[in-house]
Amino acid sequence: MSQKGQNPVNQQLPNSFRAGPDEEGRFGLFGGRFVAETLMPLILDLQEHWNAARKDPEFKAELDGLNRHYIGRPSPLYYAERLTEELGGAKIYFKRDELNHTGSHKINNCVGQILLARKMGKTRIIAETGAGQHGVATATVCARFGLPCVVYMGATDVERQAPNVFRMKLLGAEVIPVTAGHGTLKDAMNEALRDWVTNVDSTYYLIGTAAGPHPYPELVREFQSVIGKETREQMMAAEGRLPDMLVAAVGGGSNAIGLFHPFLDDKDVSIVGVEAGGKGLEGEEHCASLTAGAPGVLHGNRTYLLQNSDGQIKEGHSISAGLDYPGIGPEHSWLKDTRRVEYVPIMDQEALAAFQMLTRTEGIIPALEPAHALAEVIKRAPKMDRDQIIVMNLCGRGDKDVHTVAKHLGMEI
Amino acid sequence: MTTRIEARFARLKEEGRPALVTFVMAGDPDHETALKIVEALPAAGADVIELGMPFSDPMADGPSIQKAGLRALKAGASMQRTLSLVKDFRKGDGDTPIILMGYFNPIYIYGVEAFVKDALEAGVDGLIVVDLPPEMDDELCLPALDAGLNFIRLATPTTDDKRLPAVLKNTSGFVYYVSITGITGSAAPDAGKVAAAVSRIKRHTDLPVCVGFGVRTAEQAAEIGGNADGVVVGSALVSAIEASSEKGGGDAALKAVTDIVASLAEGVRSARLAKP
Ligand SMILES: Cc1ncc(COP(=O)(O)O)c(C=O)c1O
Repeated sequence: MSQKGQNPVNQQLPNSFRAGPDEEGRFGLFGGRFVAETLMPLILDLQEHWNAARKDPEFKAELDGLNRHYIGRPSPLYYAERLTEELGGAKIYFKRDELNHTGSHKINNCVGQILLARKMGKTRIIAETGAGQHGVATATVCARFGLPCVVYMGATDVERQAPNVFRMKLLGAEVIPVTAGHGTLKDAMNEALRDWVTNVDSTYYLIGTAAGPHPYPELVREFQSVIGKETREQMMAAEGRLPDMLVAAVGGGSNAIGLFHPFLDDKDVSIVGVEAGGKGLEGEEHCASLTAGAPGVLHGNRTYLLQNSDGQIKEGHSISAGLDYPGIGPEHSWLKDTRRVEYVPIMDQEALAAFQMLTRTEGIIPALEPAHALAEVIKRAPKMDRDQIIVMNLCGRGDKDVHTVAKHLGMEI
Repeated sequence: MTTRIEARFARLKEEGRPALVTFVMAGDPDHETALKIVEALPAAGADVIELGMPFSDPMADGPSIQKAGLRALKAGASMQRTLSLVKDFRKGDGDTPIILMGYFNPIYIYGVEAFVKDALEAGVDGLIVVDLPPEMDDELCLPALDAGLNFIRLATPTTDDKRLPAVLKNTSGFVYYVSITGITGSAAPDAGKVAAAVSRIKRHTDLPVCVGFGVRTAEQAAEIGGNADGVVVGSALVSAIEASSEKGGGDAALKAVTDIVASLAEGVRSARLAKP
């Protein structure tokens, strides 16, 4: 393998890919706690509660109960027979987290974090949202536990994800449109952080992806790892062996790390993360932080970011609001540099094509986010043998996206 | 070696009054006007200058300073131009301390080593970096201190007695007490609570303690300054620049800022410095 352009530090491979983060919240160079002093005591408090909760059998029992009876877990591992035939290569399985209550994987994390917030005695929940899936999931658990909920959402996203805005309002949440910047996820996250810093005493910030200051990347990963753990068991039951390849879409990276993490030390399982290539990496209109970004510090962690040579963060673009974030969870940055996971971009048009293909061959309308993962599966499966197996995280359903897709297909609804 | 910051606070202590610390954004509304504003600050009554390093995503700032950063970036601001602004200022002023304030990413991308070196060469005296708590001291604080820059840390209402020693450990120059839990430019602080917090911090350190966030008027400056070693005013100045640039910018902005600074300076001069 060529050494060219490789940082020598990154050549030292760890004994396990599942050991991170360290005490300071670092995954190699990435992660950390880059936050204002006002938030620091709170983050240390969160860490203490998290450390206690993860060892507490009662917490686990409560979480398991909600996973089973409220979310509807385990989600099925489904063999997509017609799609497999159509592509004529590897066997394709979907981990069907789109069947979860509220329609995506986001609820896995929300259920875990709201239990933590309750343990910490917090009385008000805030969140940021892009596609609105995390906002809906947060509003849902807030309704379930009777806590007031404020969701920050970029004004652009409020417009393109209108059905989710209405759902959040029905669930009793206050949705605050953010007009700063381009009015997308990054700006919503800034605004949520500003709210948090102002209301530290009462408020719990329920981050929606495996990013932000330590311990968020770790605890979100742990709550989402239920996806990968179930997949392992279900795969063993269905095929008696592990899959050859895992594929998932990465926005901030929570559904992907949830599927990947339990498999990171299984060397024979190759792992692919799919970023939003938008309108192409040559221009500015994409969200491929890992493929086209550089390490920097934003929103509490060091990670790959889309930025200019002066360290100013760029606005990304993706057809899918949930992937429209110029950063990425720090663990993915580390998995990229250690080369354990391969990250590739998929363009808007490819995702749209995949969206339609799945709808017609399997009768499943996917969200535009996993449609990106599917576009990569469509490229890879035909090149693989028929006895090989791909598992793709079908992490969200497409109801929220039908307006966007209709617009792109030139249809009125 | 005494730094400019230490020398300035020593002198003010002799004068028996708190410092007026003024914040403006480098490159706002444009590079030339910003330089003129910074050059005019000492004569208008500023004792210490905080110069904002524009950043696209200022998570701890309210709308005024957010907009100031975006105006500056739109007008072509960059870290290099910020440093050259300091260099130009230093040609005419060798005494007034200049502190660069902002977020870590632009520094990280510039390169920490190069930044520390170029900042010193330009005549920068200290740094305030909002998203670098003591837990992250290896990143910039320690290299900056080693090179001879002051590293001014923020203490906040959430920094309790247990945590305060860690916050103060590698702090130098002065301590910046953030008077509220919140973002810049928000509600006015409660002067009584601030006074209590300042004396709490002073039990842990001999460094001067300056108070910022939410101070806008000469009266507030006098009141807060009665119990602190300095008062920081930022959003009020930056809002004045915004208002005047709508009226044609340039000299209007300069006049708007120096008028407010002059009035604030009267405020701090009427405050009695609390005897330590
Ligand atoms: C269905 C779906 N998939 C993926 C994402 C991207 O987030 P993450 O990368 O954290 O899974 C979102 C975000 O809104 C989403 O709604």
